[in-house]
Amino acid sequence: MSFAVKVNKLNYHYSRLAVLKELSFDIPSGNFFTIIGPNGSGKTTLIKILAGILKPLSGQIDISGQNLKQYNPKNLAKKISYVPQSVEIAFPFTVLEVVLMGRSPHHGILALENQHDLDLAYKAMAFTSVEALAHRKADQLSGGEQQRVIIARAICQEPQIILLDEPTASLDIAHQVKIMDLMEKLKTEKKMTVIMVSHDVNLAAMYADTVLLMNKGQIVKIGPTAKVLTYTILEKIYGCKILVDTTPLGGYPRITPVPAKYQKITDSKPLSI
Amino acid sequence: MKKAKLNLPKRILVVNLILLIILAGISFLGLACGSTGIDFLALIKIIFKSEINESMLPAIIWQIRLPRVLLAALVGATLSLGGLVFQAILRNPLAEPYILGISGGAAIGAIIGILLGLSRFPGVSLFAFAGSMATLLLILVMASDKTILKKDSLLLSGVMVNAFCSAVIMFLISMTQDSRLHNIIFWLMGDLSVADLGQTFSLAMVLIPCFIIIFYYSNVMNLLLMGQEQARAMGVNIKLVIFILLVITSLMVSSTVSYCGLLGFVGLVMPHLLRIILGPDHRVLVPACILGGGAFMVFCDLLARTLPEQGEMPAGVITALIGAPLFIYLLKRSSR
Repeated sequence: MSFAVKVNKLNYHYSRLAVLKELSFDIPSGNFFTIIGPNGSGKTTLIKILAGILKPLSGQIDISGQNLKQYNPKNLAKKISYVPQSVEIAFPFTVLEVVLMGRSPHHGILALENQHDLDLAYKAMAFTSVEALAHRKADQLSGGEQQRVIIARAICQEPQIILLDEPTASLDIAHQVKIMDLMEKLKTEKKMTVIMVSHDVNLAAMYADTVLLMNKGQIVKIGPTAKVLTYTILEKIYGCKILVDTTPLGGYPRITPVPAKYQKITDSKPLSI
Repeated sequence: MKKAKLNLPKRILVVNLILLIILAGISFLGLACGSTGIDFLALIKIIFKSEINESMLPAIIWQIRLPRVLLAALVGATLSLGGLVFQAILRNPLAEPYILGISGGAAIGAIIGILLGLSRFPGVSLFAFAGSMATLLLILVMASDKTILKKDSLLLSGVMVNAFCSAVIMFLISMTQDSRLHNIIFWLMGDLSVADLGQTFSLAMVLIPCFIIIFYYSNVMNLLLMGQEQARAMGVNIKLVIFILLVITSLMVSSTVSYCGLLGFVGLVMPHLLRIILGPDHRVLVPACILGGGAFMVFCDLLARTLPEQGEMPAGVITALIGAPLFIYLLKRSSR
């Protein structure tokens, strides 16, 4: 099996506060890989290190079989694209212009686009259903539309790995599912490795091949969804009562935090089915 | 496959050809107008040397007006471009060398240089460069805390840096008692009357390479507008690029300040006007700001020379009269 990402004994800290402690894990190529965990567990830091934005303090990271340190920013951008948590497009670029920016790492300094770039940009826009908005000003679009524009830009970059930091956080449920479907399509149709940070354990459960559960900068458990998302593990990590059953569609684990008013009823019963 | 206004090189060419014609037209007007009145015909004759004129006019045009028009064009280009670069790096459409206090820092350096009796170039220019780098560092240290990148706090810190610079300038002026006083005060208001052809030429030798380097980074500036993390993820070596752009911009702004003093708001007016007309793509905007900014400054200087019945007013008065209301309008619009 080939690996998109191999992480070995990764450490990181902000000032003197340790954020990531001795992380080691592998991500197979073509995997839908989701990183979950409570607030402050180091998820975003981890994905920013993989994107080359933050420099690890120690440990080794291999991207497509080559050490991360040996990539210059441009070569790394040809392998990996990154969609941040929130994107604010503050200047009146058109959607097409924003998506075409994804071609920059493939070009020389002025990045003058050719027909091939334009075709790729339109394909990427069609993929995320923003084609009709191509000539609209991106700063006037809704949050969900901007998110899809940024994802189109990331696709247009033609990477092997796409990193996303909570892409569904600010979206309504319909758009959440759309974005996740899109990521699944990237995996199956474009054979990309999708690495995503998510707060939404239920969405992660329905789409991910592998889940990495983090807490306080350390790996709690890594593996297939059903193995990681169990109530014994989740209750311990999140520190609240949790009910785990399965979804009527597909039989994925379904996680429900238990409100205080029901805790007496559930105290006497096992919460996992 | 799909229709798109793709042809970027063509667009850059057409836009800049139009702006070049405007710049040439205004420069022509600048050469023709002066305290001796407006005389287009004489100017054309002098340019083509079809008639040997015995009057003083050729000397006035070649030795007084031409260096002044050229200087105005260079200064306008530099300040507009400076504004554009700061707006891209700070992702703040209200950033500008004068508003951020970088021109003020350069002015402190320049005044110290003048008081020490140094020559304009390179002595005063080096002091101005040191002053602008010092204020730039101050602003960047304040801006390194993420919250200050928000519009209001950045502008507020600029106002404070400016206030401090003004105080230092006033302190230096009040310590001066000889004839240099009038020079310094007039120069502070933005004064283009000092130009001679040789000085303008040596200034151009500093500025034009800076323009080329900034154009080289124009696509990178597009990516910077998406945020530094996004730019990094699209393959930009952020630290290196920002360092180069800031040093180059400070160098150009401080060299023009050491020649012409403080000309405010030029870096605000042109980038905004051109961004509204041409869109935010820096590959178009960088050359457009050079030519458009040049044309704007030549025009402002022309007004400064011709509006008063006698003598002239500092060009900085005109740029501030146009720029400050525009700034207020933009601030109001952006806070909506």
